[in-house]
Amino acid sequence: MRRAKPAVRRAATDDDAVIRTRRLTKRYGTLTAVDNLDLVVHRGEIFGLLGQNGAGKTTTILMLLGLTEPSSGEARVMGLDPEREPRLVKRRVGYLPDAVGFYGGLSGRQNLRYTANLNGLRRDVAEHAIADVLEQVGLTDRADDRVDTYSRGMRQRLGIADALVKTPDLLILDEPTTAIDPLGVVEILELLRRLVNERGLAIMLSSHLLTQVQSVCDRIGIFAAGRLVGQGTVDELAATFGDGTATIEVGLELPTPADRSRAQAALGSLSGVTEVNPPAKDGDPWQVVVRPASGEGRVRQEILVVAVDQSLRLTTLRPVVPSLDDIYRLAVTRTAA
Amino acid sequence: MSAADTTLTADPVVAEPAAATPRDPLPRAGWRVVAAKELGDHLTSVRFVVLLVVLGLAAAIPLYFAADQIRSIAPQASGFSAVFLALFTLGSQDISVLRVYEFVGIVAPLLGLAFAFDAVNGERSEGTLPRLLAQPIHRDDVINGKFAAGMAVIGLVLVVVVGFIAGFGMLRLGIVPHGNEVLRLLAWVIITFLYVGVWLAFGLLLSVLVRRAATAALIGFGIWLLITIFGQLITTLVNGILAPAADATPDAILANAQIQQFITRLLPSTLYRETSVVLLNPSVNQISAPTSIGQVQQAQQQIQSLFSLDQSFLLVWPQVVALVFLLVVCFAAAYVAFMRQEVRA
Ligand SMILES: Nc1ncnc2c1ncn2[C@@H]1O[C@H](COP(=O)(O)OP(=O)(O)O)[C@@H](O)[C@H]1O
Ligand SMILES: [Mg+2]
Repeated sequence: MRRAKPAVRRAATDDDAVIRTRRLTKRYGTLTAVDNLDLVVHRGEIFGLLGQNGAGKTTTILMLLGLTEPSSGEARVMGLDPEREPRLVKRRVGYLPDAVGFYGGLSGRQNLRYTANLNGLRRDVAEHAIADVLEQVGLTDRADDRVDTYSRGMRQRLGIADALVKTPDLLILDEPTTAIDPLGVVEILELLRRLVNERGLAIMLSSHLLTQVQSVCDRIGIFAAGRLVGQGTVDELAATFGDGTATIEVGLELPTPADRSRAQAALGSLSGVTEVNPPAKDGDPWQVVVRPASGEGRVRQEILVVAVDQSLRLTTLRPVVPSLDDIYRLAVTRTAA
Repeated sequence: MSAADTTLTADPVVAEPAAATPRDPLPRAGWRVVAAKELGDHLTSVRFVVLLVVLGLAAAIPLYFAADQIRSIAPQASGFSAVFLALFTLGSQDISVLRVYEFVGIVAPLLGLAFAFDAVNGERSEGTLPRLLAQPIHRDDVINGKFAAGMAVIGLVLVVVVGFIAGFGMLRLGIVPHGNEVLRLLAWVIITFLYVGVWLAFGLLLSVLVRRAATAALIGFGIWLLITIFGQLITTLVNGILAPAADATPDAILANAQIQQFITRLLPSTLYRETSVVLLNPSVNQISAPTSIGQVQQAQQQIQSLFSLDQSFLLVWPQVVALVFLLVVCFAAAYVAFMRQEVRA
């Protein structure tokens, strides 16, 4: 029950939840697209919904927006029930659908104007908001060109601008980085981080790309076959789904083979260390595997002491953050088993 | 049981009150915003210009023949009322279909189909539908707005074309409509509007049910072709099969005539044509097959006299009701199908 800890910590500030679902379920015939989902997203955070194609991410998002009815369970978005008050929810939530489309014959600005009108914004407020969001996504120069002439990346940024026009409290982005070139991805992720910092809104994004989610999200929910198999920060997920070990990278200057065996013996003698792997190439760091993972901090300090005692020259000393790839693979296989 | 389950199932979902930040109120008439945008699209579209030209031509060609005839009767026309309406009802003496109302009846369905066949499936394939439905409007605002915009643009086209014909009559032929004629003309325009509305609603239905706009257009066009060009052919064929034997009693013949008429009236084009004929011709006093021998005799003895508009209207109200019914059925089907559809394609 290690996972219980963060949940208890957050219980005190539960009213800052922008999204909260309870046993949310969607069935299409015999297929359960979303299965008893319990999810919390807090104000001011970027939450990543991670899962392969068909995992149920889009279905979840559609239920949160009141665009499709849950089969059972309930959802609250900004404290509102999207099933009963979809318009109030949609007034406060900006949504970027996957494969977002625009009216190609209209300019970017005209497209945003339509959205502003649909949100009932006053004309002057709307024009101001439109100029603002266009500036924010870096489309001011091209705002009056037909959307037909935009690149994929520009459309995606226009989509984010479109979701922002209503000055939302929450942004829900479905696969915002899919089909974008790597440079464009970095741009979009930076934009999202900036939005959270400047506007203080919450973002929930879905993705099937692990590295991107890892780089921008504060917390992550791992989705597999309609079920949420894990939820938390990367560290928390690692603690839950890792194999119970932690790895420390130790960079050492070891000129002679004798030094090397001395180092091997010294590191291996520390309590909790199960493996000491010398580098394949000189100059690369050694890998020290610690079990249990919670002993990682203590072992790191002991390495410092040992290095001084044995007069080994230490160049680097840092824990290896487990890659989300590993966590994801483990989470999915473990839950399937 | 996953980690998430164990941590969250315990606490119930707490309904947080909506933040009290002052906001613009929810937009009240989303359908108007949709309609305004759609109307703007229609008016700047190529299809608007094309249809205006096609319908204009459809009116101008028979008008040429009508003008010829009106000129030839003009000298003795002083006692002839409803000369102005003749612009719409007269035509070539050789080709009966060459009349304004006939031509408009043929082309008008295209007008309705053209402004609706891609209304919903177009948004779907462009990927704009989820974005549109994620705005704080009602879902039916989308389909209502699109229907309203279609009706508005149709009304505009009809007014322009009828205005063109009337202007031609007044300026080039020097004939001026009487009050009664203006009313009849107005009634005819409204019926035409209604008839095009049926096709607009039908096009809308296709745009909801058929995922590809091109397929929807093809189906709509096919049905138009079937009804307009082959409609009479088909009913003639069916009636030929049902024709009474040569030695049938008069009652049997009458009954058969009624069946034939019923079959013809299943077609909206027939409903429209019959209504047009009566509304534009004050002298037409009968469109139904007689239902008894007495009526046949009565009709033969009847003196040719002009009907007032309300008398004419009494003749065609079943047709008008049928048209309204068709429109409502088509739109309701489109509406229900749209409301039940998944947002995703
Ligand atoms: N309208 C629908 N009818 C039937 N099944 C559907 C429908 N929409 C989605 N699904 C199924 O639900 C599952 C989840 O889909 P989705 O939420 O789109 O996944 P993701 O967004 O994670 O790729 C998939 O197996 C998909 O085939
Ligand atoms: Mg998806």
